[in-house]
Parts: sequence; C-alpha cells; structure tokens
Amino acid sequence: MKNIWVVFKREVQAYFLTPLAYVFIFIFLILSMSLCFVFGRFLEGEDASLDYTFFQFHPWLFMVLGPAIGMRLWSEENREGTIELLLTMPISTWQAIIGKFLAACLVLVSALAMTFPVILTVNYLGDPDGGKIFSGYLGSLLVGSASIALTCLVSAFTRSQVICLVVSVVLCFFLVLIGSPQLLEFLRNIPATGLLETLRLAALEIADGFSLMSHGGRLFGGVLRLDTAVFFAAFISFCLYATSVVIRSKRA
Amino acid sequence: MIEVIRLSKQFGPKLAVDNISFSVAKGEVLGFLGPNGAGKSTTMRMITGFIPPTRGTVTVGGHDIQKAPIQAKAKIGYLPENAPLYSDMTVESFLRFTAELRGITGAAQKSAVNKAIEICFLEKVARQSLDTLSKGFRHRTCLAQSIVHDPEVLILDEPTDGLDPNQKQEVRNLIRRLGATKTVIFSTHILEEVEAVCSRAIIIDQGKVVADGTPDELKRRASRAGAVKVRIRGLAGSGILSELEKLPHAVSVETIESGDSLFVGRVFPKKSAIDGTLAGEIYQFAAGRQLQLQELAVDEGRLDEMFREITVQVRS
Repeated sequence: MKNIWVVFKREVQAYFLTPLAYVFIFIFLILSMSLCFVFGRFLEGEDASLDYTFFQFHPWLFMVLGPAIGMRLWSEENREGTIELLLTMPISTWQAIIGKFLAACLVLVSALAMTFPVILTVNYLGDPDGGKIFSGYLGSLLVGSASIALTCLVSAFTRSQVICLVVSVVLCFFLVLIGSPQLLEFLRNIPATGLLETLRLAALEIADGFSLMSHGGRLFGGVLRLDTAVFFAAFISFCLYATSVVIRSKRA
Repeated sequence: MIEVIRLSKQFGPKLAVDNISFSVAKGEVLGFLGPNGAGKSTTMRMITGFIPPTRGTVTVGGHDIQKAPIQAKAKIGYLPENAPLYSDMTVESFLRFTAELRGITGAAQKSAVNKAIEICFLEKVARQSLDTLSKGFRHRTCLAQSIVHDPEVLILDEPTDGLDPNQKQEVRNLIRRLGATKTVIFSTHILEEVEAVCSRAIIIDQGKVVADGTPDELKRRASRAGAVKVRIRGLAGSGILSELEKLPHAVSVETIESGDSLFVGRVFPKKSAIDGTLAGEIYQFAAGRQLQLQELAVDEGRLDEMFREITVQVRS
C-alpha cells in the first residue's frame, strides 16, 4: 500500500509539475462545455438533466483524451530506461502499475471536478435529479478510467508515446462505437433467420456487452446495474493485469 | 553475499549468458570485464532481478532473487547502464523518491539524501532539474540513487562511463572506499580501472566466464608475463643470442635488435620461473662473461594483453 502511494505521488508530480495535466484539463473543459451548449442544446432543450446534453459526449471525448493522459505511463519508462530502476526497487510490479494508473485517474477526476459550474447552472435553471447527476459523473469517471487502463496496457508494449496514442485511440474508438445507438439499431433491424439470426443476436450481445458506450450510457441515465459494475471492474482489472504480464514477458 | 549458480539466459536463438557460476564475498570488489555484447549487462540485470534467468539461480544475502525478490532487492543498490533518470524531477526530489521506495522516510530520509548528495559531489546541482544537467552530473545522480539506502550489495554497470578523468578518479576512489564494507560488482572496459579498484576480476566472453582471479593473477597469464627484456653489449649479437638460449630457465629468445657488439631482445622463461629466476641467470651470465648489461627488466604482464589473448582465443 505504501509503495503504491510512493509511485502514485511521483506520477502525480510528473503530471502536475509539467503542463501535461493542465493542458488535458483545459482541453477537456473547452470540448465538454462546447459540446454541451452547442450540440447538446443544453439551453434550448429545457430539460433539467445532464445525461443527453453533457455526459453523452464523454465516451467520445475520453476515446482521445484517455489515451492522451495514459500514453506516457509505461512507454516513457521504456524509452528512458527508468523501468530498470523502478523494477529493481524492492516493490512489486503490480504496485507500480496501480500507482501509475491511479495517478492518471486523478488527472481525470480533477478534470471532471472542474466541470462543477454545469451542475450549478442546471440547479439554477431547474430542479434536476441529484442522484442521476451523481451516477452520470460515476459513469463518466468509469468510462475514462477504462480508457486509461487500456492505454496503460498498450503503453507497456512500446517505447513510443505516439504509437501508444494512435493504437489506444483506435481501440477505444472501437469500444465506444460498437455500443453506439446507431450501430445497435442497425444490428437489431437486420432481417435474418436460423443460424444467421443466432449470429445476429450474438453480435448484438457482444457489441452491447463490451461497449464502453452502452455501460456508460446506463449510468448516465441513472441506471446502476450489477452487470455494469462487474463490466468496469473486470475490464480495468484485466487491462492492469495484462500490463503486468506484458512487462514481465518483455524482459524474459 | 552474492551466489550465482549455473546462470543462463537465452534471447531467442542467442545464448547471451551461458552457465555462469561465481560467488562474491563481503568486502570484495569484483570487476566484470568483457568485450561489448559479452553478457556483462545481462548477467547484472539477472542479479538485480530485472530480467529472470532462463536457467540457474541467484541469491543475494541469502535471499533468492526469484523466490524472495523484495527481500533480495532491498539489499541491492543498482546503477543501470546509461544511468536512467526521471528527467522531470530535480536531483533532490529524485533521491527522495528512491529513498522513499526503499522505505526510508522522515528525518532519516533527509539525512540519507544529503549524505548521498555529499558523497557524489552533487551539492551544487541538488535543486536543479535533471534534464538541465550534464552527463557527468546525471551519471553521479544515478550513482547517488544506488547508495542512498546504504546497501550491502552494490551492482554498478559501467560506473565511470562518460565521466571526465577527474570524475573517473573520484568514482574509483568511491568504489574502493565502499568496497571495504560492502560487496561490489562493477563492469567496465577500462582495464587500468580493474587494477586500480578490484580485489578480483572475472572476464566474460560470449556468455562464459573465461578467467577469474585477482588482477595480479590475471596479469601473469599474459604470454609476456615473466619475460625478461635485456640489452647487452660486448659480444656479437648472434653469440649472445645462442648463449641466452642455453640458460637453464629460458624457453625461447626473441631478438629486437642485434649488432656487432649489441644484443637487445626478450627472453621467455619456463612456466616455473616467472618469479625472476631467469633475470638472475641472465645477470650471472653477463657478469661471468664481463659483458655490459645495460638493461634488465622483468615484464610483469599486462591485463590488456591477457584480455586480448583470452578473448581472441575463445573466438577462434
């Protein structure tokens, strides 16, 4: 636990003593707010909720911004050779992974915290459901953490941050896209019978079950389900565990 | 303190380290020599637990690096090759970070960091960011990191690489000083360093240990070790040559210069007589014939010569 804290502290310093975290927070705020007010029609909608106006865009933002925060986690260590220092310290690999992951998540939490004016606004204009806003933030945080965890895994493979960014964005894009309402709608409406019908249903289940968009969307809508919690816990744990496997096997 | 038993490392089809065994006791400074790509760094990385061995075991202070990595790593201070650092930190914050990872906190951390800074001559740059520092300072910061927790075992991969001659000398003095109470393994290509610092040296070539001994023992393995260089006047060169060849402990004589009344050459001793017996015989011979003995020098052997002979031998 102490070792996780030490690694976490150093990584947080690396984010906040350099422009990295501030650039990220700034871009996130600009994009999320402009999406909310322009495309989300927050003011015209006359609906005192944030799910379709605000949270709905977050998976698309985190698809790019999650990899942008996470891309340095291990690729930087690989490139600078500092991984050799870190892993010959008397700590376990998993402690280093979790410390780094949590530090990246802190940047995400800071960015989400800075969106508080939108809560004040919606409370001023109407009478929103507080529980729904809370679950929206939780969903947004989980979607963002999941994309950071996936990026963490990708970054363990490479010494190049650019490669890590591109590959992670593509993977995140895929995971968001397969759950987009349009694609699910398309899958639902394919006319099929027999074996094709079974395949169609399987594809629908997989697309819905693995998508960051579907699971995030439920939380944005205020629906807290066990399978959503299990999905995010399993997804993040899998990515972090796979990171340790990659780090270990790269040295063998 | 360190036990390396039948250690091997396979990278794909290449056997980088091939069945190496040795042990290092407390108070010993072991020099690791070998041509580039011989397997020095790979061996050190296995000892420090950075890469797992394909076969074999390493124990550090009684802890197996594979089975009890945390306990074993806690005893080791490690300077990796090229001295990697977190460039976004300052010297001081970097050392505090590594001290904290070693479990040193509070007032103990402050004094440990200050001591490491002092030992490695980093006072002037302590508050400077690492990416603004020159290579020598960066290297010494990484060295400071390896001694901040006063470890029992020091593993230094090319500790003097990239330093200027004065800094090299300082680091050598430091290693010698630390070696009195700790176990030190360091790698280098600089042979004079081995003579200056090590109590023992191991030469590795193509993943195998090809020589293991004190620097003096290794020097004596050079083909010229014990050879006597002479310069004698007073008789025709060819005459002196044939007389020298007849000496009881001489094996062969190499002519460097031969004239009407001059002979310069090198007399090689029998294996049993590398201690100076041969030089005595030559003196006796010259004195008996009333020849002028202008030079008489026993070659004590040179490490670089031995190194070249040994590593070329393995290759052929």
